[in-house]
Amino acid sequence: MAKKLALIASKGTLDWAYPPFILASTAAALDYEVRIFFTFYGLTLLKKDISDLRVSPLGNPGMPMPVPMPNLAQMIPGMESMATMMMKKKIADKGVASIEDLRTACLESGVKLIACQMTVDLFDFKHEDFIDGVEFGGAATFFEFAGESDVNLFI
Amino acid sequence: MEFDKELDARGLNCPLPILRCKKGLAEIDNGQVLKVMTTDPGAVKDFQAFCKQTGHELLSMEQRDSETVFLIRKRSV
Repeated sequence: MAKKLALIASKGTLDWAYPPFILASTAAALDYEVRIFFTFYGLTLLKKDISDLRVSPLGNPGMPMPVPMPNLAQMIPGMESMATMMMKKKIADKGVASIEDLRTACLESGVKLIACQMTVDLFDFKHEDFIDGVEFGGAATFFEFAGESDVNLFI
Repeated sequence: MEFDKELDARGLNCPLPILRCKKGLAEIDNGQVLKVMTTDPGAVKDFQAFCKQTGHELLSMEQRDSETVFLIRKRSV
């Protein structure tokens, strides 16, 4: 019987979009049955257009910078756009997949994507904001498959 | 060594070589051999782990400079 992986994706920035989609697509390639539950800011990753995902160096002292600078300087307008541009360039230069590509790979390999209905209501999102194939459910839906999964991760 | 299909995953980084390999294996028959060329330094461990977990047979792994070439025989079931 196939192994099962259950993920919770709770973050909606460009950097944190990677772990759930990398792990899910790879697990699917390893013949796992995979489901990802997207909640709070993670819901952003299910929007039709995710080309505007951003990464912020503010409050993120671990982020490698070309020149050392105090973290507070990251609040200067334009720093986030610059960091996002730099990150996207690095991603392309190093042959790292785009989030769009990884998400497509997940869908093509049968990964089930579940959007937290409570968060949809909370943020006034509409079902049509999201890509086709997304299912909607709550905490009980998560446990329905998490309870029988071999690996469970909160991201 | 002979192979039935060749896949160029050079310049791609984790997890793309594995995802492409999985796709490539889906396009050949059971028992046929897929050749995958990679430059991702993580691929050496990853392809071994992939084969170990999926039951496909890693026939050979050849490193030349920054490139590693894998030959994988698709499992028979």
